[in-house]
Amino acid sequence: MPSFDDVLNAFILLSNFVLLPALTYGAQLALGALAVTLVYSILRFANFSQANNMAFGTAMTILLTGFFQSQGWTISGFPTALLVVPLAIVITTICLLLTERWVYRYYRINNAKSITVVMVSIGVMFIMGGLVQLIMGPEQQIFADGARFIWTAREFKAFSGLSEGLALKTSQLTTILLALLAVGLVFYFLQKTKIGKAMRAFSDNEDLALLSGINPDKVVRTTWLLVAILTTIAGVLFGLDKGFSPFQYHLLLLPIFASVIVGGIGSPLGAIVGAFVISFSEMLLTYAYKKFFIYLLPTALEPDSLLQLIGTEYKYAVSFVILIIVLLVKPTGIFKGKVL
Amino acid sequence: MNNLSHIWQSHRQTISILVMVFLLAFVGVNQSWVLALSIFNLCLISAIMALGVNIQWGYAGLFNIGIMGFAALGGLSVVLISAPSVPMAVSAGGMKILFALCLLLLSIVLSVYLSKHKYNKGWVVLSLVAGYFSMRYFYVDAAQAIEAVNPSKTGYLGGLGLPVPLAWLAGGLLAAGAAWLIGKITLGLRSDYLAIASFGIAEIVLYIIKNEDWIARGVKNVTGLPRPVPLEIDLQQSPWFEEMVVWFNQSSLSLLTEVEKTKALGILLREYSVVFVKLCYSGLFLAILVALIVMANLAFDSPWGRKVRAIRDNETAASAMGKNVKRQHLQIFIIGSAIVGIAGALLVTYTGQFTPNSYQSLRFTFLIWVMVIVGGSGNNFGSVIGAFFIWFFWVESTPMGLWLAETVQNFAGADNGVSAFLQERAHFLRYIFMGLIMLLVLRFAPGGILPEKDKKL
Repeated sequence: MPSFDDVLNAFILLSNFVLLPALTYGAQLALGALAVTLVYSILRFANFSQANNMAFGTAMTILLTGFFQSQGWTISGFPTALLVVPLAIVITTICLLLTERWVYRYYRINNAKSITVVMVSIGVMFIMGGLVQLIMGPEQQIFADGARFIWTAREFKAFSGLSEGLALKTSQLTTILLALLAVGLVFYFLQKTKIGKAMRAFSDNEDLALLSGINPDKVVRTTWLLVAILTTIAGVLFGLDKGFSPFQYHLLLLPIFASVIVGGIGSPLGAIVGAFVISFSEMLLTYAYKKFFIYLLPTALEPDSLLQLIGTEYKYAVSFVILIIVLLVKPTGIFKGKVL
Repeated sequence: MNNLSHIWQSHRQTISILVMVFLLAFVGVNQSWVLALSIFNLCLISAIMALGVNIQWGYAGLFNIGIMGFAALGGLSVVLISAPSVPMAVSAGGMKILFALCLLLLSIVLSVYLSKHKYNKGWVVLSLVAGYFSMRYFYVDAAQAIEAVNPSKTGYLGGLGLPVPLAWLAGGLLAAGAAWLIGKITLGLRSDYLAIASFGIAEIVLYIIKNEDWIARGVKNVTGLPRPVPLEIDLQQSPWFEEMVVWFNQSSLSLLTEVEKTKALGILLREYSVVFVKLCYSGLFLAILVALIVMANLAFDSPWGRKVRAIRDNETAASAMGKNVKRQHLQIFIIGSAIVGIAGALLVTYTGQFTPNSYQSLRFTFLIWVMVIVGGSGNNFGSVIGAFFIWFFWVESTPMGLWLAETVQNFAGADNGVSAFLQERAHFLRYIFMGLIMLLVLRFAPGGILPEKDKKL
């Protein structure tokens, strides 16, 4: 039998390398997935430009961060990026409202097939992607400042006396707190406010909602506002955690869609659950369990291979496989979304 | 003005062909004929891809955004079929890896059988998990053994060493197989699921090709693939080719002295051999493109085509008449993807190398889609025209961007930030332009350059 310390060490090891990162990544995905689901249930199309919109919001944040830093408007120890997020949200909102006005509105009014609008959103995606690369260049940028860790692995070890450390990064803590806040606000908004209720009614039955005097333009504008908030926050949190490069954001498209479909397309709660299903599977399947089992198993049984289920390079493939499994087994997703 | 638009309306096809010929000739005269020919050849390959996508979109409204995945499968098959085999690697781990893959396949077949016959879901999962782990048990060693064989030159299994045209067919089949898998799962569900799933499979195919070096050397690329046309070097040394070059340049060569003549002939030979090889490819691709278009058009006018159109225009009515909509969509998705696969194989044959990193999944997929939309969705010849124009502007946009930067510089004087910025980042403007073109065409001219002709059922 392994000692209590060994079990604790194994658990801390797993938390440090899998559970905490998965929680963070899941929170980032959840915000993106929530945005996709909102667009889906109100505007009725799968928004392929979501990942690039996130990149756009982040790019605006980086520019503003640079400006604030050059002016010395910073709080020591606090990420400047978070200070400027509200401004970046305003810019992203304007940008999304412009795409709505110039692009999507026409198809909405003419009741175009949803697949045509999907195609249009791919056009928007390329314009946004091109714009971001034009402004920021293709290289990776780190824009996080302030303290990197709330506590480091070493501090944790000294504090607990264990041989494994659990580090908590600033980006991880801010991600989890901010995501909780944002999701809470969105749900409060949808459940309690008048316009939120109008949005749900519109999503449920468009004709009936129009008949009862709901202003569709107002509903759509509010949706884009919510989407802009979620998109910018998701993008900035992801960027603070992993650094900003346009291509990285582009790769997020598949996990985001997988989250939405796994959770049930059109269901906000589903999007969040789906995001965590995706993030935890990605991390759990690509982690090498060798050290974990060394703690738990007696010396005679110690493994000599890495005990990795799937190579790390297939991280993004995991979401696709889960997507396929869900489509095969339960196409409506975990929380019965809309299908057909 | 009215008159002009009338001429355009009634001669869209002729005018667009003439414009294209003029543009290519312009490049030929001002830049070089070799460049014009290589643009032309890539236009032809894009046209074949666009044709495949057009069949899916125009015939059945299927939105496939995994084009690069299917094209990569086509390219891969050129490596697998026509590259020379590496006996050392095959003996090092060929059988073992084949066995591992068979195990995986067996477990998948078993689990499909189990789930079809309503066995407990646990058994299905168990069969898959057992299959995966037993596959991995053999696979990892075998892959390492194969990759260890002369890693700088081979390090992969090699191909079968069969003739290249077979590889094109195999490329089509491989892509068709992947399309069958995706179609089977997503057709019959929401229409955007197909888009998402095809996007996913393209990414996965590319991940696998890039990371599993034993298949096709991954990102180390396979170069020097066999070609169906003669090599430039061979041409330069063959007497009949020299005679031809001399005959073409009789008048100018006769003015020179003997010494000058041999020197000039050497340069001419090199130039002509490159052009000749490119022309051979052009002929080949053109023949394939024409054959595919003729077949597609014949099919579209046949009873089969009437059924397809009936389903596209009103699914509910067609299924009420007893047509199997899902089956029809699957069929069309497979046919279109197979054509994309063939085009992918042709592309690799043309460049003579398989470079997984060059398949940037969304970028080129998007480009093909712009071609289809601009050309005229539903019109096969339209997608060819679209392919020509879009590829032409895609390639020529870099010189154009540089020209723009230069103009800005001349206009605003040297050393201003704008032109330097443009020069550095000009190629990102292409995406914005392509996106804008797509949005504008979708909105204001949904029919494209050559709209689909109305056919009476």
